[in-house]
Amino acid sequence: MSFFKRLKDKLVGNPTEEEKVVAMNEEEATEQEQDDVTVPAQIEKVEEVSVTESPIETEIPGTIEDQEQQEVAIVEEPEVEKKPSAWSITQKFKAGLEKTRNSFTSKVNDLVARYRKVDEDFFEELEDLLLQADVGFETVMELMDKLRFEVQRKNIKDTNGIQAIISEKLVEIYEQGEEDLIELNMQPKDELTVILFVGVNGVGKTTTIGKLAHRLKSQGKTVVLAAGDTFRAGAIDQLQVWGDRVGCEVIKQSEGSDPAAVMYDAIRAAKNRKADVLICDTAGRLQNKVNLMNELEKVHRVISREVPNAPHEVLLALDATTGQNALVQAQTFKEATNVTGIVLTKLDGTAKGGIVLAIRNKLHIPVKFVGLGEQMDDLQPFDAERYVYGLFADGLDKELQNNED
Amino acid sequence: MAFEGLAERLQGTIQKIKGKGKVSEQDVKEMMREVRFALIEADVNLKVVKEFVKKVSERAVGVDVMQSLTPGQQVIKIVQDELTELMGGEQSPIKFNTKPPTVIMMVGLQGAGKTTTTGKLANVLRKKYNRKPLLVAADVYRPAAVQQLQTLGKQLSLPVFALGTDVSPVEIARQAIELAKEEHHDVVIIDTAGRLHIDEELMQELKDIRALKEPDEVFLVVDAMTGQDAVNVAESFNEAIGITGVVLTKLDGDTRGGAALSIRSVTQKPIKFVGMGEKMDALEPFHPERMASRILGMGDVLSLIEKAQANVDEAKAKELEEKFKTQSFTFDDFVEQLQQVKKMGPLDEILKMIPGAGKIKGLDNVKVDDKQMGRVEAIIYSMTPAEKTNPEIINGSRKKRIAKGSGTSIQEVNRLIKQFDEMKKMMKQMTGMASGKGKKKMKLPGFDSLFK
Repeated sequence: MSFFKRLKDKLVGNPTEEEKVVAMNEEEATEQEQDDVTVPAQIEKVEEVSVTESPIETEIPGTIEDQEQQEVAIVEEPEVEKKPSAWSITQKFKAGLEKTRNSFTSKVNDLVARYRKVDEDFFEELEDLLLQADVGFETVMELMDKLRFEVQRKNIKDTNGIQAIISEKLVEIYEQGEEDLIELNMQPKDELTVILFVGVNGVGKTTTIGKLAHRLKSQGKTVVLAAGDTFRAGAIDQLQVWGDRVGCEVIKQSEGSDPAAVMYDAIRAAKNRKADVLICDTAGRLQNKVNLMNELEKVHRVISREVPNAPHEVLLALDATTGQNALVQAQTFKEATNVTGIVLTKLDGTAKGGIVLAIRNKLHIPVKFVGLGEQMDDLQPFDAERYVYGLFADGLDKELQNNED
Repeated sequence: MAFEGLAERLQGTIQKIKGKGKVSEQDVKEMMREVRFALIEADVNLKVVKEFVKKVSERAVGVDVMQSLTPGQQVIKIVQDELTELMGGEQSPIKFNTKPPTVIMMVGLQGAGKTTTTGKLANVLRKKYNRKPLLVAADVYRPAAVQQLQTLGKQLSLPVFALGTDVSPVEIARQAIELAKEEHHDVVIIDTAGRLHIDEELMQELKDIRALKEPDEVFLVVDAMTGQDAVNVAESFNEAIGITGVVLTKLDGDTRGGAALSIRSVTQKPIKFVGMGEKMDALEPFHPERMASRILGMGDVLSLIEKAQANVDEAKAKELEEKFKTQSFTFDDFVEQLQQVKKMGPLDEILKMIPGAGKIKGLDNVKVDDKQMGRVEAIIYSMTPAEKTNPEIINGSRKKRIAKGSGTSIQEVNRLIKQFDEMKKMMKQMTGMASGKGKKKMKLPGFDSLFK
């Protein structure tokens, strides 16, 4: 549980007064004394997880490895406040997942309120909740097994504190002991990085490209876009509008031309202009259309022929509202183009996109970005802990409050 | 990574209850568990699944098992019947206004396929209903959405009403309806922007468009791949603006499309069309029974069962079973079997209906030659009654005669006799195993090898 306190402190930039937090820590200390049998296990857990936290830790100075350091961090509170980025991003996640939390977390809360004891009925209800988040049958079963084991191991009898374990296990299932790969594979300076976007129809590839271009541009990179969706009516215009908005060049041909030819042109243009990044749009295609998947393979082949080791990133855009078919999508697109990451779009709706857990778990494709709205800056790097935190935020807040009382 | 269909899921449970005359409550419970999983994997909303399973269980308990059909198949049939019923028994046509123009609004989430469907729908209206539609580009938010509709209009040679992106969608819709009256367009299809159902501002905009002139149809366009969230989306849109029907898009993908069931059961609104491809003519009427099979991940078992019931003579089947057991199965019986199968329809069609057949590699492409069946028949008909009952007496010269009489070759006659022998051997083994239990299921082992 301490892990989540720390996570929360870190994520919200800790706006609480020092007293309160100290009280929290004291409370926790007493809790640990009372419960010394489970302490070693907990600490072990905390350390384990803290390794995977490193991306966030680098963002915020004064992040902590253990309790003592945490207090130090709190003393450095003003400094934390000067860095609002972590806080605002979390807010965005929170806002984006507002509905998600309302429907999902409040249900978890209901569940905890209704079931005082952790028993089979409780597990069954929890199972239902996760299934409703599109997590998928197999992954839910795996998670339930882990949870049952953990509950047995720690001898947890009542539902207090179970939320924290649930989130912890969710993150664990997602990460699978692999390090979290959210960074884009950017090439060293003066070399062209090629990013290829793939996905089924209507998931938001073009919009995401616009947002990603904006993001890279604001990092000082020169970006060129390739209008590879030559099929859908208006797709080229759509990318052009984004290009104008962001302020980067769009390489295009007429509608109906060969997308591989567009890529060829775009690569040459990007090289000539000494651009840092080339982002390639492709037409949406359903993964069971063999011819279209072959076309995509060809696009991929042309790119790797023109630039060695390219495309450096193949991002699969995935609609958060998609159900179990997303797994098949990921699988098939991976076979065709060696997908390196997922962009989970439309996460600002009520859908949870729980299938990404299964995709990472089974196919080892990490989520790199999430789309949280229609504005240019509504694309955020994915963070498993924040994602899960977003799902559980209310529950965790309450739990912390209860502990403080 | 195709998911298991219901039929495969039920396989294990079915094995256990094979041969039982009645399905017990416990059996049903077990099977319903599988039904539940199958539906969840098909993305049917969990709440809908639970309700559904409850309903089916009630029907399934204590049902007499039909002769010759396994209880498992019976359960599948019940599930499928219920599913089909739930999704709306009959087709519901488009409602046209007696006083033109008829106004149709297209609404839905981003990327569901509203604009494409607008084009397809206009095409259907013109071709099948002989109407003169006007397309209205009211999506002023997504970049180039207006151009997209204009391009589609050009492809279809249909007029598109657009005022750019600086005019409010409500105003665009108002002017479009005015224009339609003037220019005698009898249908106006308004393509609205994709929006989240929780975006109150944009939902208000839809209500405002709605208030201009009560639309005759409000179609919610939904991606067939939508997961559990389909329920929320459909509910919100229905509550806010009151939809009259649903269009399910991207059904040409390999999704099971459980969303169809979820939406139908929360809104009670009919699914009117399905999008089956990217071409402008790929909009088809909705078939509940096909959707039911699809959700269950199986071939068209319903039709197969019905065909079997209609064509298989129970008494004859019993007789045949006896012959299996007593090893007195002859070429005469064989030919009878062939004819029964033939009565059910072309063999490749039957194969397609068999659950799981689509999954067997290669089988989906197999061209079954119905003529081959005819040749087999011819060979048998060229045998004397003695030869038919005692194939052992068929020697070289007899073979020659049979081949000549049937217009085939000795090789073909040889092959048939060999296969027939093998079939008999296998039957011996099988009836040996199942002796006493009273095998009800008719099966011809090795039958398929005859046609390869």
